[in-house]
Amino acid sequence: MIDEGLRNELQKQGVYTTTLEELYNWGRANSVWPLTFGLACCAIEMMAASMARFDLARFGAEVFRPSPRQADLMIVAGTVTKKMAPLVVRLYNQMPEPKYVIAMGACAISGGPFKQGYNVLKGIDRYLPVDVAIPGCPPRPEALIHAIMTLQEKIRHQKLTGPDRPRHLNAAVPGEFPVPAYGEHDLEPPNNPAVWQPPVIKR
Amino acid sequence: METPEQIKARLEAAVPEIRVEVLPNDCPAGERSLLVDIAHVFAAAKFLRDDPQLRLDYCSNVSGVDWPDLEIATKTKVKKVVDGVEKEVEEVMKTLRPGFLEAVYHLYSMELKQGPVVLRQRTANRDPEAPAVSLTPLWRGAELQEREVYDLYGIRLEGHPDLRRILMWDGFKGFPMRKDYVAPDDFEYEPTPHDEVLELAKKHYPPEVKA
Amino acid sequence: MNPVAEPPRRPSYEIRPKTDEAGGESIGELLEISMGPHHPSTHGVFRMDVVLDGEKVVKLKPVFGYLHRNHEKIGENISYLASMPYTDRLDYFCSMTNNWAYALSVEKLAGLAVPERAEYIRVIMAELTRLQNHTCLIGFFAQDMGALGTPMMYAFREREKILDLFESVSGARMMCNYMRFGGVRCDVTAEWLAQAKQLTDGYGKFLDEFEALLAQNEIILARTQGIGVLPRELAISAAITGPMLRASGVDYDLRKVDKYGIYSRFDFKVPLGAQGDVYDRYMIRVLEMRECVKILQAALRDIPSGPVMDPKAKLRGLRPKAGEAYGRVEAPKGELGFYLISDGSTNPYRYRVRPPSFINLTILEDMCLGHRIADAVVILGSVDIVLGEVDR
Repeated sequence: MIDEGLRNELQKQGVYTTTLEELYNWGRANSVWPLTFGLACCAIEMMAASMARFDLARFGAEVFRPSPRQADLMIVAGTVTKKMAPLVVRLYNQMPEPKYVIAMGACAISGGPFKQGYNVLKGIDRYLPVDVAIPGCPPRPEALIHAIMTLQEKIRHQKLTGPDRPRHLNAAVPGEFPVPAYGEHDLEPPNNPAVWQPPVIKR
Repeated sequence: METPEQIKARLEAAVPEIRVEVLPNDCPAGERSLLVDIAHVFAAAKFLRDDPQLRLDYCSNVSGVDWPDLEIATKTKVKKVVDGVEKEVEEVMKTLRPGFLEAVYHLYSMELKQGPVVLRQRTANRDPEAPAVSLTPLWRGAELQEREVYDLYGIRLEGHPDLRRILMWDGFKGFPMRKDYVAPDDFEYEPTPHDEVLELAKKHYPPEVKA
Repeated sequence: MNPVAEPPRRPSYEIRPKTDEAGGESIGELLEISMGPHHPSTHGVFRMDVVLDGEKVVKLKPVFGYLHRNHEKIGENISYLASMPYTDRLDYFCSMTNNWAYALSVEKLAGLAVPERAEYIRVIMAELTRLQNHTCLIGFFAQDMGALGTPMMYAFREREKILDLFESVSGARMMCNYMRFGGVRCDVTAEWLAQAKQLTDGYGKFLDEFEALLAQNEIILARTQGIGVLPRELAISAAITGPMLRASGVDYDLRKVDKYGIYSRFDFKVPLGAQGDVYDRYMIRVLEMRECVKILQAALRDIPSGPVMDPKAKLRGLRPKAGEAYGRVEAPKGELGFYLISDGSTNPYRYRVRPPSFINLTILEDMCLGHRIADAVVILGSVDIVLGEVDR
């Protein structure tokens, strides 16, 4: 790796040095294309974040693609109900790698205010791996922008080789997750053990 | 706008063998409702819709209500022989009011700008899919709401053109809005569990949770 | 990638034979597709199973329930006041009118009176809500027809100004939780009223700009006139309310019929449509916005001083007497009603929401039959649904 001082000196002269990893991640981080996936109230704040006042376009996330085949990021904005959960997982499976999930709002993280429900899935992380979670009900558009920036930091610092390389470069890690089916009283399975374990309470 | 008693009198005149009851309502601004028996509720509703004085052409709200079996305890004074002396003793008599499901209709008139008239019909018991009468042929607006009443309460409204589940998925079993419905146990993290949530927590994490 | 074995499911479309009138031999093919819960229209997780003959809609069945969050069941387990934040999340665009409808129902149930300043504040909040709802709807509407992004930018720009007002008075942009039983949560300052007055006075100019941008547009006229006609009798029988009903020519606006709150003091007209098509519904909403501005100007001028809440009113432990009440308001989408049955305890026995968007969808099939599938999207946009209210 090049010494930082030397790098700065070279930059002042107009010579830029970088590694392939940095360049690759810089390109990926600054053009994350979200999927238009608003479920409930948080969707409106997501729309407001992409509008004129809280412009999300300046972070590269301008084009909200309606088709999952063309999107990188699924912002699960709103309550995921059990009736909707198989479709969320199916859409995730249809997205090509590399793909990320932001769970926006209390409902997507854990069921939120509607937790006591026979039809509410207590958090989308039961079936999908979530990269960034935004608390709030609904979170302000600035919070969504902060989440996109956090995701960009995460992407920028991903190592491309080694055991914790991202999923799209690692054939051993599955990128598609099993879709739950509608059971008689609940979804089957009620959660995906490979993705989510109930947290242990230690007192 | 006529009072419920006047409407009851005209219903009894118009539909033979009908049994109508005006139910009391203690709330200050609420409306008293008309309870009609299932055999004649369709004819009564048709009368309410077509009668030129009422013209209740707008069925604003259809809701289901679940009334489970209720034990009513009444205290009565009974003469009893206690220690050889006849005394008046208070005894608690428990009567069981059997449970039922009911569908409540709020009817207004758009033509004459009056209302509401509250119409109720009750099922005989709380069996799954207890039958009642659908008023969708009279008011198209009741169509989706009656499907919801069927889905969440299990009142089978006969005469509905398309009675199937609307809010829950098709293979779902059970009627969620009933008072005795038990939601599936998909427990997750509660930072400070207490009462029934603590019982659930103990079931899921037996050794670690301390009460 | 490791493919995951999924159970075989039916394909996302189905081709059926098209039979002639007598149901005999096949004369073509019908295509059944599901305009699934995830689609580019911004109305939320709503699914329509359409059967198409070429491009014409032959059958359309809506499927609900993808956002069913059992709001009514939760309402039975918590107290009256604790349900107030949940009403925000019903029609998540118009939280103030949802709050007012619920507060009105509980005030009817418990017999509570509301001070005059609070009534004026409620009217101001409701009309501001109606303004931003109709503005956004027109933005979404243009987007459904293909004008991606730009009308929505204008609409959301104005909406942000109104949300600033809501945020400064209640603390939240969307989920305001502002009305209480017997008044409102807290008072508005003179600066707030001045800012609201400035917004209202400038709104007429924005409406002129918006209307000129869209109403003389050839594409919108061609795509909306004569589409999705709703006849008057069907509208009344199907319990349609709100701008959709008035577009079909029925003069039924709860602000004039029930005269709840202090609406009888304001002088405003109720615009009515002649044809009942999509264009009428769109123009009715534009005209209603102009009437809203009139009401707002009058309310901001006449608002008296005084308390906004009875200090002795009991909110937390409210135990209304056993009984029932049905209270309704003219929400921007239609008639929003709450039916509450009390059994004397702190929690309602039955808590029922009468959702306007849900009931306005009864005749979606009737309006779409015979039109092309692109028109089905436009018709759905004109019904103005919000899934939080449809599925509760």
